[in-house]
Amino acid sequence: MPAPFRSGAVFRHRLATRLWHWVNAIAVMVLVGSGLGISNAHPRLYWGQFGANYDAAWWQLPRFPDWLTIPGSYNLAHARRWHLFFALVLGFGLLLHMVAGLLNRHFARDLRVRRGELAPAHLAAEVHDHWNFRFHDPDHPRRYNTLQKLSYAAVLFGLLPLAVATGIALSPGMNAAWPWLLDLFGGRQSARSLHFLTMMGLVAFTVVHLVLVILAGAWNETRSMLTGWWRVPGDAAE
Amino acid sequence: MILRRRTLLSAGAGLALAGCDRVLEQPAARAILFKGEAMQRGLHRALTDRNALAPEYRADQRSPFFRPNGTRDPGTAEYAALRDGRFAGWRLRVGGLVTRPLSLGLGDLGALPQRAQVTRHDCVEGWSAIGKWQGPRLGDVLRLAGLRDAARFVVFRCADLYGGRPYYESIDLVDAFHPQTILAWALNDRFLPIANGAPCRLRVERQLGYKHAKYLMAIEAVASLDGIGRGRGGYWEDNVDYDWYAGI
Repeated sequence: MPAPFRSGAVFRHRLATRLWHWVNAIAVMVLVGSGLGISNAHPRLYWGQFGANYDAAWWQLPRFPDWLTIPGSYNLAHARRWHLFFALVLGFGLLLHMVAGLLNRHFARDLRVRRGELAPAHLAAEVHDHWNFRFHDPDHPRRYNTLQKLSYAAVLFGLLPLAVATGIALSPGMNAAWPWLLDLFGGRQSARSLHFLTMMGLVAFTVVHLVLVILAGAWNETRSMLTGWWRVPGDAAE
Repeated sequence: MILRRRTLLSAGAGLALAGCDRVLEQPAARAILFKGEAMQRGLHRALTDRNALAPEYRADQRSPFFRPNGTRDPGTAEYAALRDGRFAGWRLRVGGLVTRPLSLGLGDLGALPQRAQVTRHDCVEGWSAIGKWQGPRLGDVLRLAGLRDAARFVVFRCADLYGGRPYYESIDLVDAFHPQTILAWALNDRFLPIANGAPCRLRVERQLGYKHAKYLMAIEAVASLDGIGRGRGGYWEDNVDYDWYAGI
């Protein structure tokens, strides 16, 4: 572990983590924007194998406004170009990050939930601390708190892979290659509904994530994800 | 301070989204983004057996009503005459880079070995409909005509004009000789309705709906897509930048 470059600062994020974080952030932003543009082409969600205008939709989505979509005015062809290019960026970025996280022990060291962290009393204490804007453990400032670990793990091992898998299940070409994926989600229109719900989960995470970054100290947190170095809050150094 | 950052952040996000539109105006950036199609196609072809079948369904899994899309009636005088004759005068011309050009009527298509399949039709817009299709394999028709070695693509000419331009589509030989690629003249055990492409449409089951050319008039084997339409291989590809490879 590199030594702190000055008192009160700790090296928190390795290069692999930082690179992936920003590549993934851009990919998610483009994918959400272009995905909403694609949704505008047929803003109805169904369960099951099929679903079109004459079938019952479980959710009639709103038309997403131009300022939210990529491109900034309705164009299904270009929305798909953005979406399908950045789907590769997100998918292979995630794959590389998974390999790197296993090899450099990032997951084992930083995301592994330790004994006692899931105890109700411990979780209640963390929620209480969050409520009072205390986000780190003063005794172990480098560590993620349990709520962080759980939400990062849910995104990394849950929502992002689910977004990729449900997306692949929408491809008629890949349905021929991997028909089991379609069966797993209960049909193409179910996969499409799950793809949308997964996106909503990712957006919800991003909103909470950004709010907490701002509350925890926007510049300190952003710098740590740019340079790796994070100043321990409450420390006199700076 | 916090408020200012938040304002900056949301303004930044808005700018970034608007920036995406600017990016597409740059030819180099556009070229990179449009490379996605070739990458997806390469991945699909690497991961998929050449003859891997699209999922097929049971008869009771069909959509209650099969949604037609695009042209619902070509509306030309030529097509109206064919329709009024119940397509007895319709001929599908098979030509281009073949050794024996063909002219096939509906009876000829019905006399070839038939394939019936209950498959899912996925529109590029996102909806899906399941129906039963029947017709001869395109591969059998092409073998009958005898493809020349130089042939690389099969082009489908249609009776309909879309926005005043003739609708056409094209596929490569992998999809042309795929066992589920058929020239369908029946939907759900009846002759194709006008809205679904009567008298005959292409089914290319591993790709999106706009590849499934309706109102077929001619099939042409070619070495290259240059010089046909605007050279991108199809009506939507030429006019609105849809992907030629529509397996996704």
